[in-house]
Amino acid sequence: MRHLFILTLLCATTATMVTSSTTAGDWRQFRGNLANSVATGETVPTELSGGSVAWKVQLPGRGVSSPIAVGEQIYLTASSGYSQDRLHIISFDSSTGETQWERQFQATGRTGCHDKMCVATPTPASDGERVFAFYSSNDLICTDLAGNLLWYRGLGEEFPNASNSIGMASSLLVIDGTVIAQVESDAEAFAVGIDAETGETKWKIERPRKANWSSPTLLPGTNDEPTLALLQSSKGLTAVDPETGDTLWEFDNGASTISSSSVIDGTVFIPSHGLTTVKPTADGKSIEEGWNASNLSPSTSSPVVLDGMAFVVNSSGALSAGDAETGKRLWQLRLKGKFSGTPLASNGHLFFFNEEGKAFVVKPSKDKGEIVSELDLGETILSSPAAADDALYIRSDGHLWKFAKPF
Amino acid sequence: MKCTCTAILLTLVTATTRADNIEALQSVGPAAAGAAAAREASAELINEGSKNLLPLLKAFKGSSVLATNWLRSTFEAIADAEIKAGRSLPKDELVAFVKSTQESPAARRLAYEWLLKRSPQLEDTLIPEMLLDPSPEFRRDAVTRLINKAKSLQGEAATATYRKAMTGAVHEDQVKTIAKALRSAGEEVDIQKHFGFLAAWKIIGPFDNKDMQGFPVEYPPEKSVDLDAEYDGQLGKVKWGEVETDNDFGMVDIARQIENYKGSVMYATTTFESDKEQSAEIRLGTPNAWKLWVNGELVFGREEYHRGTSMDQYRVPVKLQSGPNTILLKICQNEQDQDWAQRYQFQLRVCDNTGSAVN
Repeated sequence: MRHLFILTLLCATTATMVTSSTTAGDWRQFRGNLANSVATGETVPTELSGGSVAWKVQLPGRGVSSPIAVGEQIYLTASSGYSQDRLHIISFDSSTGETQWERQFQATGRTGCHDKMCVATPTPASDGERVFAFYSSNDLICTDLAGNLLWYRGLGEEFPNASNSIGMASSLLVIDGTVIAQVESDAEAFAVGIDAETGETKWKIERPRKANWSSPTLLPGTNDEPTLALLQSSKGLTAVDPETGDTLWEFDNGASTISSSSVIDGTVFIPSHGLTTVKPTADGKSIEEGWNASNLSPSTSSPVVLDGMAFVVNSSGALSAGDAETGKRLWQLRLKGKFSGTPLASNGHLFFFNEEGKAFVVKPSKDKGEIVSELDLGETILSSPAAADDALYIRSDGHLWKFAKPF
Repeated sequence: MKCTCTAILLTLVTATTRADNIEALQSVGPAAAGAAAAREASAELINEGSKNLLPLLKAFKGSSVLATNWLRSTFEAIADAEIKAGRSLPKDELVAFVKSTQESPAARRLAYEWLLKRSPQLEDTLIPEMLLDPSPEFRRDAVTRLINKAKSLQGEAATATYRKAMTGAVHEDQVKTIAKALRSAGEEVDIQKHFGFLAAWKIIGPFDNKDMQGFPVEYPPEKSVDLDAEYDGQLGKVKWGEVETDNDFGMVDIARQIENYKGSVMYATTTFESDKEQSAEIRLGTPNAWKLWVNGELVFGREEYHRGTSMDQYRVPVKLQSGPNTILLKICQNEQDQDWAQRYQFQLRVCDNTGSAVN
């Protein structure tokens, strides 16, 4: 049971970021710019094979974090050392895979983790001008795109009881100049909004005191309503103003502390009692509940919505598809192995990587899901893929791969 | 003469500016305090190039970890630019710095790793001398070399090499490897003593922790440690008793050695004799919630249950007085029903910041 629990929490590594300066082709946080794992406008290769490997590079340390893409640079974090107290940020040239720069830092907070996790579990984020790297030790590091340190927050040192002996996994959310971090454990729990430019605290709010590995996601703004940060916990989901930390609305029917919510077309798909949908009301101050489907129950992976279907993977590797409008389960497809990472959706396909390093490309329809490509990378993969400029990126504990269509 | 004076003046101004900039990096604090000044200072130092490498390393000593991260990133930016430009780092100065054990271990390690990028052969000359280095990373490398060497030897030669390796080992995995080899050779190994685990304790309880309400409650042992006292406990009168562990890693297993009182609080106390006033670390491993007092002062507490445990799970900096130091530990068990949540145990040791036992 405990083993299952450990496996289940491992890839609660979601990060989100949104900014008006987002560039097409960028993938600025885990699960993409809109934090829903959908790579809109990308045509990544659907035939994964040795021929589609553009490059593969060795990494200087371990990591469960996902790569992000800004312009022609791919940024990734890693951790190394006997105590995993060495924190790395690496920038790669997206064309060649060559390291452009690497910086190392000394963790200021606790670095103890379950063996399967590591200190570089949260995914970094960017606002297009800066890189924000976050770690299980609660070190929050901001550099410019060239690797120059801009500010450093040792949240583990400032709040030494906000840690988890298994490890912390929640990633960052960046909205219009505010870096939002959920730092939630049994002993102390809070969320902070940090000024992206200065590193100073804009706001800090108390959160439910319980270990939480899920990550904040975002509800994109409309003409009348601003973009909101959605903070998930065992209690449910809280929508907060990213500028002030003020609560706009709450969903209080409980939610996963591992997988995170996804938002598609204004509907929030929450890992709650299986899968539950809510939609904010027109004034943006409350929500209307939609459907609940107990047979669409995500495990570690977060739900993904594509072409009117909601997809979840359970703890035994079964992919379930549900109708995104009604919650009715449409079909199931047995994938091999266990999955910690969240699949990526692009151009009518879903891209999965299991814990043993096997990749599956699934083409879903309303009737069935079909595996159209498989590839064994032969290394443990607990992270989630990223997509940028028609290429797919995935990292294992030791390597980073780029997949692209051969010229 | 005029040129000489100008040169001296420029040198002084440069040195003053450098000192000011390095001080700006050293002055950063929590909550991004000083970050704006540090950004400007770092940019200037980077712009001035390799002449700032050694001063940046020397500034590590006495700086906070937060500040050393600013020093480190500035150093790396300069070193990276130098190498990319095809220039050499000041090898002799850096090697001398690496050898200077009075300098910051983290700075010495940083210098060493950048040296290796161009001169990997330095590992063979530097590391063998670092078995008892203040840096745990250097020690680890030196111990690794000895373990590898011992594996290639036989009989007394192998045993002697393992013995030597043990003198520098500060990490659990290496100590286990060495101890296994030595014991196989018939050698006695006292891992408890090697790591500084405290094995003999006085213990009292249980006190009430139903619904996890006992963590903040000040039961009588928190007010004063009176080993002759008797109190009202959770299940009746309680008195201090003795518990001792022969576990290699100092594990005191309350559940097995006493009883796994569900929803309970136990207190354990012992005395540590320090041969001088000194800074040290108390390192604790426990899956249970805990509070720790040293000489009557609460030094840390943590209300977390069953999120795993490991050696050195918690590192608590403390000031030890010369002579006896009273250590009091409050250890709380919740009412978990799961089979994986039954452990009620702790291991505690006193060491320096390298992980070596202190006396």
